[in-house]
Parts: sequence; C-alpha cells; structure tokens
Amino acid sequence: MDAFEYASPSTVKEAIALLGSDWEDASVFGGGTDLISLLKDDVEETKRLVNIKRIGALHAIQNDHGSLRIGAAVTIEQLMSASDVRRDFPSIPDAAEGIRSPQLHNMSTVGGWICQRPRCWYYRNGFGLLALDASGKSLVEQGDNRYHAIFGNSGPAKFISPSSLGPVLLALDGRIHIEGPNGPRDIAAREFFVTPQKQGDRELALAPNEIVTGVSIPAASRGMRNGWYEVRPKEGLDWPLTSAAVALKMNGATVESARIAMGHVAPTPWPADDAAKWLEGKTINEDTAAKAGDAAVQGATPLSRNAYKVQLARVAVKRALLAAVGQLATAASA
Amino acid sequence: MSSHDDKPRPNGEEKPNRSHAKDAQDKNLPDLSRRRFIKGAGIAGMAASAGALLADRVVEALPRPQTGAAGAAGVLGPGEVPVTLRINGKTQTLNLEPRVMLLDALRNHLDLTGAKKVCDRATCGACTVHIDGRAVYSCTTLAIDAQGREITTIEGIGSAEHLSPMSQAFWNNDAQQCGFCTPGFVMACTAYLNHEPHPTREGLEKSLGGNICRCGTYMGIKDAVLEAANATKSKGAVA
Repeated sequence: MDAFEYASPSTVKEAIALLGSDWEDASVFGGGTDLISLLKDDVEETKRLVNIKRIGALHAIQNDHGSLRIGAAVTIEQLMSASDVRRDFPSIPDAAEGIRSPQLHNMSTVGGWICQRPRCWYYRNGFGLLALDASGKSLVEQGDNRYHAIFGNSGPAKFISPSSLGPVLLALDGRIHIEGPNGPRDIAAREFFVTPQKQGDRELALAPNEIVTGVSIPAASRGMRNGWYEVRPKEGLDWPLTSAAVALKMNGATVESARIAMGHVAPTPWPADDAAKWLEGKTINEDTAAKAGDAAVQGATPLSRNAYKVQLARVAVKRALLAAVGQLATAASA
Repeated sequence: MSSHDDKPRPNGEEKPNRSHAKDAQDKNLPDLSRRRFIKGAGIAGMAASAGALLADRVVEALPRPQTGAAGAAGVLGPGEVPVTLRINGKTQTLNLEPRVMLLDALRNHLDLTGAKKVCDRATCGACTVHIDGRAVYSCTTLAIDAQGREITTIEGIGSAEHLSPMSQAFWNNDAQQCGFCTPGFVMACTAYLNHEPHPTREGLEKSLGGNICRCGTYMGIKDAVLEAANATKSKGAVA
C-alpha cells in the first residue's frame, strides 16, 4: 500500500473539493473495511483518503414526513439499533445481521455498505473488474465461476454485486443521495447499480468527485410488509451465496402489489418484476411463495460452475416472502 | 505494507519486557526475549532494504484545493504527522504516516503486542481491540482516525498477575490451544458481555462471527463467556 494523504473535512462541500477527477486521485473513506483491504492488496490505488465520518450531517437517521433518510456515515450497528427502522423495515436489520461480524457492524458505514467493491476473486487478485485475458476473453467464464453471476452476465461483467443493502433498497423503492461539485442529486437505487459494459466502467452510477451522502426510503414503502433471506456459505463472516429482498403492499391477506429483488446473482441487485407481478391478488403461503421463486429464476443463465445458485436464488425468494408475512419459522425447509 | 510494518526504533525507547524479563533476571541471564532478539537481528537487514523498498513507491502529490475552506480541512501526510492516541487510559503522541494502521502503531511503536496481525484484512479478528467500548479490527483502523477515541487493548483489561474475569474464564475452560487468536477473542467476548446483560449461546455465536480460531476451540470459548457472565453478574462490566 502506497503512502497517501489524509483529510477529515467537516462539511460535504469541503470533502468534495478534496476529491479528484480520477478514481485514483482520492477515495472517500468511511469505515474503510473494504477500501483499506483493497489498498493493501494494491487492487486499488489512491493518493488521498477523504474521511467523511467527521461530517455531522452524514450521521443522522431521520423520519421526514414518513420517508426514512439514513446518512452515509451511520454505522451498520447504529442502523441495526434504530427501533424506528427495525419496526417498519425489518429487512434492513435482517440483512445487516447477515454480515455476522460485530467488528464490521461497528466500523462499516451505510455508504460503504452500498459502495463496497465486488468480491469476485479475479478482481480481488488484480485481474481487473471484468477479468479479461489478453485476447479479451473472460477469465471468469473459462475459470472458477462458482460464486459468480447467474443473471445479467451476457456482457463482459460476470461478478456479483456484493451489497446486501442493495436488493433491500430496490425492494423498498429506495433512493441514493449523492453530492458533487454541481450540488446534490438523487437517483433510484434501481438506477444506481449498473452493469459495466467495457473496461474502465464502474459498477455504480457515481463520479470520482461525488460522494454518496445517504439513502432514503419513501413514506409509501413504510406500510409494506418486507422481508429478507440470504443463503450463507457458513454461519461466520462471509458474503451470501444468494439473497432476496421483498416488499408487499397488502390488502388484508391479499397482495395488492409487490417488489422483489434478488441479491448476489448478478452484477447489480436483480429485480424479479415478473414474479412480483404474478403475486398480485394472491395470498402468501408455501405454495405461492415457491411459485414466485420459480418465476424469479426464469431466464437464469448460469456459468459453467454455478448452476447450483439457481436453486439457492429460488429458495431465497420463497423464504424472503414467507419472512415478510411472518411465516418463515413455521415453513418447511426448501 | 512492508515498509512500515516492522519499523525499527531506537533501543532507548524500548520498555522492559514483561514476564520474560522477570524470568531472565531470576536466572541471572541476559534478557533475550523472542521479540527483542528478532528486533535486534532484524534491524541491520531491514535498514539496508528499507531504502530500496521506498524508492519505487514515490507518491505523486495531488493538487490541493486552493480555497480557504478546503485548506481548513487540513490535508495531512503522506509523510509522518503527529498522531495523539488515548490507549488504555494513557495519552501518547506518535509521529506516523496517515497510512499506518492502529494495529501497527500498537505493536511497532508502543510495544503493545497483545493484538495480533493475522489476516490483516478485517476478517479473522486476531487484532480486535475496543474503540469507545466497541470491538473493532485494529488492522483496518487507521491510527490517525482513532484520535480522540478511547482505545482499549488486551493489555488494558488485565495483566498476567491480575487476569480479567474473561481471561480467567478462558483459562478455567481451556479455551485456547496455540493462543494466537486468544487476545482477539477475549476482546470480542468482553465487548459482547459489556453490551449484552443476558448472554445466550446463540447470541454469543453470532457475536463471535468476526473472529476465527484455527485450532477450533469454540466450545471452550463459549463455556468461558457464559462462566464470565455469571462471575461478573454482580459486578457489572467485565472490563
């Protein structure tokens, strides 16, 4: 890891002025749990860390006329402890619980939870985000792709989006708040995560001189039953194999409308709109949840070694739906 | 990382080694602790290679914002800057590059070698210390970012002569084999008990998800925490 400069500005404007026009110029530094490891491994380089944790405005969890706004520097532990969040959006603490490590809960921030870089082992070992060989062929496609994408993988990107908050925000119709030299803007979570199409593209709709200042969930999502389920490789610290987040607008026992997003199956959180549409007018039970799971994995394009993830994604959707209506504990397995 | 990980320091700064020093004095032998011996043998070789290591790692400076506001934000480094840390109740100022991790500051600059460097990537937990009472990975915490916070290391919760209730419970339950992960586990378990007045085996398993013991002493560790919880119920905090 090369030496770098360090600054701890107290306002977002100061922080933005300290960023550069290239990704290698400066890095936004929150909890650092991902960034520091990337720097130590020389996977990423930076000339300057801009610590955003001293910016008071980024530490708030606010209820603004029903919409929930979470500052980028809020730690995951603080988010898990927020009773308002737990009551209305249990899928958020459930997804946080999946991180497993209290040390990461204490250190990591909400901004980092969505901006962390992919875990693809080709990327992490210095072969680049797209992991292409000299002839432009995908190393992932030819190699060990057991943890890679089963959706959205027809282009050069085969990695999976690592964030478990990503699919939760898609299901809850969340927005990402960003600030840059031209002022603040916000973007639907669904548009924030993008699939790189060529070398040099990033996986987030963010410029090097912009900062994620927070995320928000609209008031309309507050009444929705929401649930999270992830299939884990082990009980200790690790990223999920597949996951699913759902939000259901209920009319009595009947689903009026639904949103489903699968996680860890594609270069972005992956919406399952057809499955969500199919659920309209249904009640959630073992049978309908399983059928929604079947619909969600329609069109999957597994690579040579990850067909098993199709079944795991199907089960994740089913169990997230059952979790949303409080039936998971009584449900039979798979 | 190698350029600053094991930074040699003038001998005058060294503190007497703990139990080894005592043994050595008893036997009228020179103090030849493993750590001190390795340091002595390593300095000559490292001094020769350090220049070469640093030479190909020249940092090209990024233009700093000219505005007054950004100047006030205070860009520090990349060279050494004074870093003031409050560790185990004691305030100390060190000269460190901003890239120096808290773990390296503890081990290489302050001789607090209880926290261990294993994965060095915020995963295994051997480096666990407390910041403001919460467990964190010191291998991935910048020392400069820990300023103004209350840092507690394994050395701060007890000593070889006066074990903390958690360390004593580890001893009682044979909760270690090689012992390398143990300080991290003791700190993670201590933080857990300090925030969880009613510990359960299930809650404990979750709260130890950030620590790994390659010897597989988890059963002993769980028994130790539950014993420590009972032992300290009347006294309040474990540390």
